[in-house]
Amino acid sequence: MIHWSIQAEYCKGCGLCIDACPKQILRIDPDVINQKGHSPAQMTDVSRCTGCGFCALICPDCAITIAK
Amino acid sequence: MTGPILMKGNEALAEAAVQAGCRYYFGYPITPQTEIGAYLAKRMPEVGGVFLQAESEVAAIHMLYGASCAGKRAMTSSSSPGVSLKSEGLSYLAGSDLPALVVNVQRAGPGLGGIQPSQSDYMQATRGGGHGDFRNIVLAPASAQEMATLTMRGFDLADKYRMTAMILADGTVGQMMEPVLLEPAQPLNIEKPWALTGTQGKREKNIVTSLYLSPAELEGKNLSRFARYALAEQNETDFEAFCMDDAEICLVAYGISARVSRSAVSAAREKGIRAGMIRPITLWPFPTEALRQAAKQVKQFLSVELSMGQMLTDIELAVRCARPVTLVSHVGGVILTPEEVLHAIDHAVEVSA
Amino acid sequence: MTMFRKPRVMTATQTHYCPGCTHGIIHRLVGEAIDTLGIEGRSVGVAPVGCSVLAYNYFNLDMTIAAHGRAPAVATGLKRANPDSIVFTYQGDGDLASIGMAEAVHAAARGENITIIFVNNAVYGMTGGQMAPTSLPGQITQTSPSGRDSALCGFPVKVCEMLAQLDGPAYIARVAANSPKNVLAAKKAIERAFRNQIEGKGFSLVEVLSSCPTNWGMSPKDALGWIDSAMIPYYPLGVYKDTSRKGIE
Repeated sequence: MIHWSIQAEYCKGCGLCIDACPKQILRIDPDVINQKGHSPAQMTDVSRCTGCGFCALICPDCAITIAK
Repeated sequence: MTGPILMKGNEALAEAAVQAGCRYYFGYPITPQTEIGAYLAKRMPEVGGVFLQAESEVAAIHMLYGASCAGKRAMTSSSSPGVSLKSEGLSYLAGSDLPALVVNVQRAGPGLGGIQPSQSDYMQATRGGGHGDFRNIVLAPASAQEMATLTMRGFDLADKYRMTAMILADGTVGQMMEPVLLEPAQPLNIEKPWALTGTQGKREKNIVTSLYLSPAELEGKNLSRFARYALAEQNETDFEAFCMDDAEICLVAYGISARVSRSAVSAAREKGIRAGMIRPITLWPFPTEALRQAAKQVKQFLSVELSMGQMLTDIELAVRCARPVTLVSHVGGVILTPEEVLHAIDHAVEVSA
Repeated sequence: MTMFRKPRVMTATQTHYCPGCTHGIIHRLVGEAIDTLGIEGRSVGVAPVGCSVLAYNYFNLDMTIAAHGRAPAVATGLKRANPDSIVFTYQGDGDLASIGMAEAVHAAARGENITIIFVNNAVYGMTGGQMAPTSLPGQITQTSPSGRDSALCGFPVKVCEMLAQLDGPAYIARVAANSPKNVLAAKKAIERAFRNQIEGKGFSLVEVLSSCPTNWGMSPKDALGWIDSAMIPYYPLGVYKDTSRKGIE
């Protein structure tokens, strides 16, 4: 079981994690705007997440935490 | 140390730095101060210190910046064209409130100029010498002995006020050999809790910076720095008064010009002329109050300097132009003779009469 | 078990970098190396002038800011004065490869036992996208509006290739921060550059090809692609010098 979380306030909505995800299960959450005015990334289906960490590796803002 | 040793001024300065606890020297060769580096290249390894010949004057002063960040006594030395290159570092040292000892054994300028003695970096030294509002403590040795004693004092003042102390010498004082008594130094031991030694996991991080993006914060930094400068002006101003008790003509001179002026004053006294001299030992802070007091008594000031009236401006400011100030100078590496200065004193007497 | 999280040595402060700028990744890799090697208490960083001038806000480390380009000289002073410190500089391409070239080359030639993280994004970022010493031929910038004309302003500086010719350095490598695979390789190189210093091996420099979506006028995704398609062909990745490899030393 993978625990995937994002600190939405740190996310700048750059979308690099979305492109890096091999399972294509991340997206920009259009319903949220953080204090800096960015719409953060969001996990859409954690059951398919393998915990490969590509999203965290490419995230410039250390916003993603992954735990098993 | 036992009795006096015959030393070049530059060597006396270098040995005094070691005695003052300086273990880090960064420099670049330039005449007429090369002996400082040459001496320390031999001496530093003997005391477990570091002598490093930098790739440039610029790099040398930034290496000094780094060593000072680490909380250590460190120095660099150069001569006029090299000090121009160091002006960037002087500004960053000031902006970061770092102690440093910087030596300028002046030669004639501008540009590449010549290698003969000069005092034409007076303004550069006393006004800070880089961008932004700042000052350096500027010490002006007039003998090989003072090259030593003022260097020791310079390190203490730099640590005490967290600013650059500059030794503003000239090629003559640097090159001449005189007996020097190296009294054992008792360096001030000032805590440096701001130093970048690594947190060791025991304290909050230290940041040494001159960057303040908030105008209010930057103004505050400048104001607190100038409050410290005011303390230095109050406590550290130093000068020598020679034959000033009844003087009517006051020579103002520092460094080698003061040596020449002393002879001229003595010769004038032999002729019955009431001449005297105020010799600033600190050029910043300038002995403004002493000159102001002297202005109540003397009829005329002579600014005896190897520059085109740079110090003269400070004398006029000090006495608020209450008395005439006349320039007595040579530039370009030509040194005044006592006879020339005596002639200027004679002329001043005629004018005053 | 936590697999990915922010390094301990980094502060909670949000970075000021633009969205998608890979400075943040490189900061993290520096933090991970310091965490892994357990050198937080001994490390002293030197920030440059440029976008990463505020790097000291993001690390729980003693740090200073050098004048533009002078970080290797400042690091030299810090390291010589306190050899127990682990001293690193973090410099951009304008800082290291233009105004600070002399300081970088001579620190390398002396074999100073310091670590340099050299971030090459082929543009002056902070001042708004002017031509850098590493801007590619034909690259459009604010000061090369028709594309960098090599006849007019010469060619980019290949820092790793140049420094690798010197006898002084222990380790010179070029990596990129544009894909998970490359980030993993960059992580290894940066950790190696710090480990070398701990082991007293001497001067180590890691050049990291980095993106500047804002000044390149690209989306963050396209900017990473441009590193692959334009930068890496000009600046090949790899280890350019490693004195601890057999047959070299």
